[in-house]
Amino acid sequence: MKLDSKVPEGPIGEKWTRHKFNLKLVNPANKRKYDIIIVGTGLAGASAAASLGELGYNVKAFTYHDSPRRAHSIAAQGGINAAKNYQNDGDSVYRLFYDTIKGGDYRAREGNVHRLAEVSVNIIDQCVAQGVPFAREYGGLLANRSFGGAQVSRTFYARGQTGQQLLLGAYGALNRQIANGKVKMYTRSEMLDVIVVDGKARGIITRDLVTGKVEAHSAHAVLLCTGGYSNVFYLSTSAKACNASAAWRAHKKGAFFGNPCFTQIHPTCIPVSGDHQSKLTLMSESLRNDGRVWVPKTAVKGLKAKEAANIKEEDRDYFLERKYPSFGNLVPRDVASRNAKTVCDEGRGVGPTGLAVFMDFSDAIKRDGRKMIEQKYGNLFDMYQQITGDNPYEVPMMIFPAVHYTMGGLWVDYNLMTTVPGLYALGEANFSDHGANRLGASALMQGLADGYFVIPYTIGDYLATIGWNDKIATDHPAFTEGIENVKAGVDRLLSIKGNKTVDEFHRQLGLIMWEYCGMSRSETGLTKAKKMIQDLRSEFWTNVSVLGSANELNQELEKAGRVADFLELGELMIDDALNRNESCGGHFREESATEEGEAKRNDDAFAYVAAWEYTRESQPENLHKEELRFENVKLTQRSYK
Amino acid sequence: MKWIVDMFTSTLGRKLLMALTGLFLILFLAVHLAGNLQLLKDDGGRAFNIYAEFMSTNALIQVVSKGNFFFILLHTFMAIALTTKNRKARGPEGYAVLSGKSSHWTSRNMGILGTLVLAFIVIHLYHFWAQMHGYWGNITTLDYDGKPVRDLYSLVDMWFQKEWYVGLYVFCMAAIAFHLWHGFASAFQTLGLNHLKYNGVINVVGKVFAVLVPAGFAFIPLKMYFS
Amino acid sequence: MKITLKIWRQTSPATKGQFKTYTLGHVSPDMSFLEMLDVLNQDLIKKGEEPVTFDHDCREGICGVCSLYINGRPHGPLQTTTCQLHMRTFSDGETITIEPWRATAFPIIKDLMVDRSAFDRIQQAGGFISVNTGGVPDANEIPISKKIADEAMDAAQCIGCGACVAACKNASAMLFVSAKVSQFALLPQGKPERKERVEKMVAQMDAEGFGACTNTRACEAECPKGIKITNIARMNREYFSAMVSSYEVAAGDGGAG
Repeated sequence: MKLDSKVPEGPIGEKWTRHKFNLKLVNPANKRKYDIIIVGTGLAGASAAASLGELGYNVKAFTYHDSPRRAHSIAAQGGINAAKNYQNDGDSVYRLFYDTIKGGDYRAREGNVHRLAEVSVNIIDQCVAQGVPFAREYGGLLANRSFGGAQVSRTFYARGQTGQQLLLGAYGALNRQIANGKVKMYTRSEMLDVIVVDGKARGIITRDLVTGKVEAHSAHAVLLCTGGYSNVFYLSTSAKACNASAAWRAHKKGAFFGNPCFTQIHPTCIPVSGDHQSKLTLMSESLRNDGRVWVPKTAVKGLKAKEAANIKEEDRDYFLERKYPSFGNLVPRDVASRNAKTVCDEGRGVGPTGLAVFMDFSDAIKRDGRKMIEQKYGNLFDMYQQITGDNPYEVPMMIFPAVHYTMGGLWVDYNLMTTVPGLYALGEANFSDHGANRLGASALMQGLADGYFVIPYTIGDYLATIGWNDKIATDHPAFTEGIENVKAGVDRLLSIKGNKTVDEFHRQLGLIMWEYCGMSRSETGLTKAKKMIQDLRSEFWTNVSVLGSANELNQELEKAGRVADFLELGELMIDDALNRNESCGGHFREESATEEGEAKRNDDAFAYVAAWEYTRESQPENLHKEELRFENVKLTQRSYK
Repeated sequence: MKWIVDMFTSTLGRKLLMALTGLFLILFLAVHLAGNLQLLKDDGGRAFNIYAEFMSTNALIQVVSKGNFFFILLHTFMAIALTTKNRKARGPEGYAVLSGKSSHWTSRNMGILGTLVLAFIVIHLYHFWAQMHGYWGNITTLDYDGKPVRDLYSLVDMWFQKEWYVGLYVFCMAAIAFHLWHGFASAFQTLGLNHLKYNGVINVVGKVFAVLVPAGFAFIPLKMYFS
Repeated sequence: MKITLKIWRQTSPATKGQFKTYTLGHVSPDMSFLEMLDVLNQDLIKKGEEPVTFDHDCREGICGVCSLYINGRPHGPLQTTTCQLHMRTFSDGETITIEPWRATAFPIIKDLMVDRSAFDRIQQAGGFISVNTGGVPDANEIPISKKIADEAMDAAQCIGCGACVAACKNASAMLFVSAKVSQFALLPQGKPERKERVEKMVAQMDAEGFGACTNTRACEAECPKGIKITNIARMNREYFSAMVSSYEVAAGDGGAG
């Protein structure tokens, strides 16, 4: 199968406009005859459901949460980028496009990224109109900050809760359509399979998490807005329920998986405190604007934050400022993370585990006063104190990298359609816009861009092609078979009755992934990990313990299904990491480094998207390559010196 | 006119009635106290009796008085309606452990305090208002400069010599005080009059009122009993 | 630390529940409250007993799905969400009673998990601004004073956890409803539907069976996001003035207005 990205021809700035004109339209009177299923109601899902409902389509939206407002988009803190250039500091659509391509280490499609930059300005307008209370200046106009190493101030924010406010805005728009009867909302419902008939996505199978009932839903198109798969690492900044099952099961039904090894490790998270750790908490990247990252020049074992003051200024190594004088503490996430790992590997890490570095605000407090710092980061400081018991106004914070986002995801073309016609992937669930590394404040932008401003245009092109009467009812054998398969899968998990809990398997998988497919990867490590995961997977299917029954609310059963999928996805990530013998963005291959130990890309061999095709259970997947063409941006090695 | 029904059957509308009637009754208390203070005048009850005669005969006052009864009943009725709804809202299975740390006990016990106050009002009306209006007993009539004036003062004085009655009176004034301690500012909050600029004043006036007015009422029987 | 737990167990909405007592021997003070329950559940599974069902997700205090009435207070003794509560708040040997949120409008699903969809229905009644995607003015077209934007943000921070309902002796949802009403009443974008919005949201709130506010302020004291009861006063104002001045709207008119 030849991958066709469907990126339109023409100058970069006109591609999207031309494409919109060339897309087929659905007659307004016919829109109500089309059913669309949307799985996941975070930023991408809620915005898509609302927008498509407004257009007149019949939407069925599904979430495993009790309410769309719980989706993990809500936890994004820092902000959302938009090329508004309100600050008159030289920003433009082209600059946002350029920064995103460069930040993604030249592994994203130019066409998609430029479109993202174009619609970014509409997103802000839309959100303000919905009543999102963005931060404002005294004059009443919107405030911006520079974020995640950007050289311009283009980030819009609502205190440290931007994701929450944007999600609640989309949730409001969704609620309006629910009230209007255009969207039917299914909560506490988990998608467990996609139904593909004659090569087209026709519906899904869900399980009602309260009653355990397995149901079929059919539609003309299915949109997966189900987020990323960071939880394959067990410990990540994702919410506990975040999972890859929807995407993975779609993958097994024919949707190619793009760049699965591209994961983002966020540099500023609260370090692990013990074996009980259930998730990691992110401290917003904005903290790096004022916090100085350091470790002692010579190792001090078990150095506590309270003892940091004992280390004299000349004995401190502000390693990011030292190595990258022009960007300092604001280097991109992958660089900051890797350097933190390096100093900890040298034994200079701090805290009881030695797996942490200091982030110090004492200079900023001296310079701007405590009040100013409180205004900027008050809620983050409070959160830090609640979790660790340390007061960051008085002692430095301790931070360590943690898995935060997955750039990889289902492969989609310019229309956001996967390799299965009629099956779309939006937001973090797709692989499209961030290349090998995502810039700060770009995730919210992409989720909303896909949902509000891309899918409403592109979906019509497919729907107009198939026609509204081309729909398969749920009594079709494909659906009954789908229901039986899902039930069988559930029963299989319950019947094992082994000795190890689901969490134990998940934790073990996470440790393997973090150790061998985390911040730095090597062929020997990856090969070893592949075997370990295979073993773990076979142990899982013989020794997992899932209590309770299928016909009731059963949280262990839910988790078991998700972990089973992670055990397969983990191996694909390893395969992808093995295949990509270059360092790019969040993917650092030890074999591909400069003499100074910095990442070295290999554009001649790897300037492509790795799209994996599922074959059969436990069989190697087929690799398809989508060559990336750079017509506007010149490929250079990233340098933040 | 459906909106009127909608409004006053909604929780917010009922609360509005609670607040408005409550504030009226607060005003009534202040006026009542001003009258009662004449009991302390050293004139053998003359000023008080003239005042009482005026209050029970003046046509305008009679209208206001009917309104007052109505408001007491409305306040009570709304309280019962809201409390019933509130009980139902909590559900049959309550909490096993309750911590009182997040609110003041007066605010949680307005129903009990209100019931005490209502009981007191009934007793109080029976002893004074009913006799004054000739429903029972035989109140003596005095002759003040040719005008017949009923001698409420002696009746009051008689009751205020009884220990148990003075005790009950003072106890019920305490209940009113606690009821007002929460009720005064609460009424403003319900009316939507919550503003940083004025909250301080409302709170202080409310607390001072809640203490001073019932204390003033309670002082009278104590003074009359002990002198 | 050693901790004794008294936990409400109830297998389904229809069955009767009861407290069961568990003891945990090795609790680290650095654990979050939910991690302590994770440990308990792992123990239970190992013993072949059904783990305790409770809602939880983001574990960073923002999704609003975690609940639990701990020792007589929603989200426990601190003014924070349960996921942000750490065991160092408790003392060694303490007995902790954990109950679900209790409200008729929040029926129990299982053990400590309750159904808070009433909140969604209130939002659906009008907790939004009716704008379609696209065709909106430039974001800077309408300046909003910083004070107003900040106050709207204060209200908008609500995470919809329901602690206000759980804390209120009347199971009243007024803090939740008023936060949304306030956010949109303050912002110029919310003005066109201001009256209809408050009318519909209050009507839905009543229909869901929440109680009335008696101004005990327990909600404000327990709200993990510090939402103030000034919002309730604002909602009252908005409601009364809407009721006496708006055109009559029939329920289910579509949209907030």
